[in-house]
Amino acid sequence: MSLAAAQHGFLSPTGVEIAFLLVGLVTLGAALVTVTTRQLVHAALWLVVALGGLAVEYLLLTAEFIAWVQVLIYVGSVVVLLLFGLMLTRAPIGRSPDADSGNRWAALTVAVAAAAALVWVVVDAFRSTWIDLDGPAAGTTRVTGQSLFQNWVLPFEALSVLLLAALVGAIVLSRKAAAADPPPGAAPAAGTPGEKEGAR
Amino acid sequence: MTTTTLAVLVPLLPFLGAAAGLLLGRTAPGLVRPLAVLPTLAALVAAALVAVRQGGGQAIEAHTELTPTGSVPIDLALDIDGFAALVAVLVAFVATCVQIYSTGYLRDDPRYPSYAALVSLFTSAMLLVVYSGDLIVLLVGWEVMGICSYFLVGHYWETPEARAASLKAFVVTKLGDVPFLIGLFALGTDAGSFSIPRVLDAVANGGIDHPTVIALLLLAGVAGKSAQFPLHTWLPDAMAGPTPVSALIHAATMVAAGVYFVARLLPLFEASRAAMVVLAVMAAVTMTGSGLAALAQDDIKRVLAYSTIGQLGYMTGALAVGDRGAAVFHLLSHGAFKALLFLAAGVIIHAAGTNSLAAMSRMGHLRERVPDAYWTMTVALLALAAIPPFSGFFSKESVLGAAEHVATGHTAQAPGAAGWLVLVAGLVTALLTAAYATRLWLLAFRGRGAEAPDHGRQPLTMTVVLWVLAVPSLAFGGLTYRSLPGWLDGRDLTPTLFTSILGTGLAVVGGLLTYGAWQRTTALAARVPLGAVAAHPEGDAGLVEAEAIASHKPAYGDIAQAPDPADPGRLLLGPLHRHAATGFHLDAVYSALFVRPVQAGASLVRFLDREVVDTYVRGAAALPRLLGAAVRRAQTGNVQTYVSALLAGTVVLAVAVLLVATGA
Amino acid sequence: MHLAYPAVLSALLFCTGLYGVLARRNAILVLMSVELMLNAVNLNLVAFDVWLSRAAQETLHSGQALTLFTIAIAAAEIGIGLAIVLAVYRNRGTSDIDRLRDTAEGHGDDTDPGTDTPAAEKAEATA
Repeated sequence: MSLAAAQHGFLSPTGVEIAFLLVGLVTLGAALVTVTTRQLVHAALWLVVALGGLAVEYLLLTAEFIAWVQVLIYVGSVVVLLLFGLMLTRAPIGRSPDADSGNRWAALTVAVAAAAALVWVVVDAFRSTWIDLDGPAAGTTRVTGQSLFQNWVLPFEALSVLLLAALVGAIVLSRKAAAADPPPGAAPAAGTPGEKEGAR
Repeated sequence: MTTTTLAVLVPLLPFLGAAAGLLLGRTAPGLVRPLAVLPTLAALVAAALVAVRQGGGQAIEAHTELTPTGSVPIDLALDIDGFAALVAVLVAFVATCVQIYSTGYLRDDPRYPSYAALVSLFTSAMLLVVYSGDLIVLLVGWEVMGICSYFLVGHYWETPEARAASLKAFVVTKLGDVPFLIGLFALGTDAGSFSIPRVLDAVANGGIDHPTVIALLLLAGVAGKSAQFPLHTWLPDAMAGPTPVSALIHAATMVAAGVYFVARLLPLFEASRAAMVVLAVMAAVTMTGSGLAALAQDDIKRVLAYSTIGQLGYMTGALAVGDRGAAVFHLLSHGAFKALLFLAAGVIIHAAGTNSLAAMSRMGHLRERVPDAYWTMTVALLALAAIPPFSGFFSKESVLGAAEHVATGHTAQAPGAAGWLVLVAGLVTALLTAAYATRLWLLAFRGRGAEAPDHGRQPLTMTVVLWVLAVPSLAFGGLTYRSLPGWLDGRDLTPTLFTSILGTGLAVVGGLLTYGAWQRTTALAARVPLGAVAAHPEGDAGLVEAEAIASHKPAYGDIAQAPDPADPGRLLLGPLHRHAATGFHLDAVYSALFVRPVQAGASLVRFLDREVVDTYVRGAAALPRLLGAAVRRAQTGNVQTYVSALLAGTVVLAVAVLLVATGA
Repeated sequence: MHLAYPAVLSALLFCTGLYGVLARRNAILVLMSVELMLNAVNLNLVAFDVWLSRAAQETLHSGQALTLFTIAIAAAEIGIGLAIVLAVYRNRGTSDIDRLRDTAEGHGDDTDPGTDTPAAEKAEATA
């Protein structure tokens, strides 16, 4: 440990750090494009790049299980959902001139200020902290599974209940929307209980 | 029952009647008429008993301390000498007649209970003034009379004339009452007491330091109350009230209060020669001016109102020459025949359906409809014109005799100039009085033309009272001129030969002149139709009168006169007629001098309040409104804006905390 | 590896997502930006967990466990969020955040085009 520590220096980054830096740049670039591009579908696709980049970062940090879960869930289902959402809300294909609201300058200011503050604080706080990546991976499936099902069972179960609730809620919301076309006389009766649940 | 108790009952009984009437008027309507008549009748009996017991001898005095004042004491005091006793009998007598008359006159009036209670209250106040031995208690009665007059003149408050007249009466009399109050306080301070006997003692001992100032201040109040020039303008307009009110308040009692007051305190006025001269001038101007004005009036009650002003001028003239016995003698007899004149006028208005003499002169057979009013009014008019042997002759002659006495220098009480003024004015007025009395009689009773509308038989209560009042109008003067001096000052009241012949002669001349003028003009009446008549066969007299008052101005264009070429007054007055009809434009002068500046001031104040003060108020509201509008613009409804603001604040806070934590 | 790398990257990603949330007009783009923010948080958690699992005695691997939970919750959230956006789109005909101004001052005078259905009026009344 002390030998590894002796090798650390700011001006001699290891290979992992370089790789991390490069992938980080890609990720950050993709994220920037996501939030600035005028083409909505492209934004979703660039989001895929960003999420994929993050998965690589996780691998570099030896958190394998999380990397695969990231790809599976985020890239696999979340982005697909987003694309479906874009399709169902008839998002314009191609450039849409009003993708950014009038709030963007205030948003830019806030974001830049927040970034400056956070980066400065973080750098100042962890100036001389190194992650030790030698040795067994910290995030193998075995390790993660053991930890999860020994120490985190209860939150795990709660999470599954949460997912169930989300599932039911999404179905109810969608079903109410599908039943919105019947005659106006029946709409208030069906609408009132549905709206109450939708507002939850 | 002791005399003092009786004396206390005299003002007390009508007051209790008034209170009971006001309280029970709605709940027990059957009690209202007895409550109106019986207490006043009882007060009359009590006053008569007191007068008999007093008999013109020692004054009945009684007093209790009302409240310790710390300086000049105010007592509840009675001081009844001969003057007070007799005047109280007159007041109670006329009040009883008026209450009985009113039960018929206002038979169907829904406000009769409050009216009767106010008349009782008024009677009680006047009796308090008469019997009071303390000046402040007298003032209380004086002011209560003022407010009752306001309410009663405004009885027909649906008509704008009544509303305006009641306010005018109140304000003009109050204008006189303020100097009156100051004068009373000055008198009390100088004499060290408000008690009348003590004040008179102080005057006799020369203890009053400023008699002229005090006398002039008091005269202002007397002028207001007794309708003397220049505060007489309210009385003709006050004829917009019911006729019984005019009979009681504006003929026999309230207006007599001023004269009575001066008569009680005459030694004080005599102490200041300037005041006596002022009084004489006031009396002379009033007498002649009102006589001329009465010749030009079309409304029968306005003629009588100006006549009252003139006759009061006689009384103040008598006071100006220092003879209060004559003044009170005339007050007593005038009270009787003037009340009779007004009450009879009320009957005539009811029968004719109008108060306009022009309309009445175009009506036939009016006197056959109201024979009681015809005969009693004739008696009263003869008394007014001072034709012997009616009572007015004796009382007026006593005044003229006193004036002649002073004018020829036989007395040291008053300056000779005052005597000449009063004598000459009195003689001229005698002529004028006879003239307008004849005019009234001719126009009312010798009209020719269509029949008057039938308003049914006059109620018995009204006609009986007329006859009751006719007795003193006929006989009072002749029967009492020998015995009255014993009650009053002791000076002889017999008519002197010179003034009698002169006065009566002038009266006859005035009557003949009018008759001649009437002969010339009466033919025109048939050619020029004129007039508006109210016809309510089922209505009571009050209803007919209210409508007659309200229709005078729309029918003739003016409340006072009518454009009637058949009016002998026009012929007699010539070019003066136009001015006399408006009371010599005194109302217009007052309006220009006082009313318009005050109204201008009021509108200036209103302008300042609205434009200046309110601007500040509105300005104070404008700033918060602007601020609120500015703040509201932050409510855009856009969630992103809200979150941006939130996060910006958070970043700032975080940086600040960091800076503080790191000690920067 | 120096801990600053993942920490700084995480901070920058977070602020990028923040910009997107505040600046984008379409509701779905806003949801995308929220995903970015969550991912930044996840990166932070993982980095610190890896550091602490070596540097400290512990551990419950709480960082990675929480990362898993965050991923799952993010998935649930995106599901519900999209359902809501679709419902809004169906009722208002638009998914523009700028158009959703029910809490604005004087909103009662606003009339959105294309919202004449009784369901839309009902939605406006309950909003």
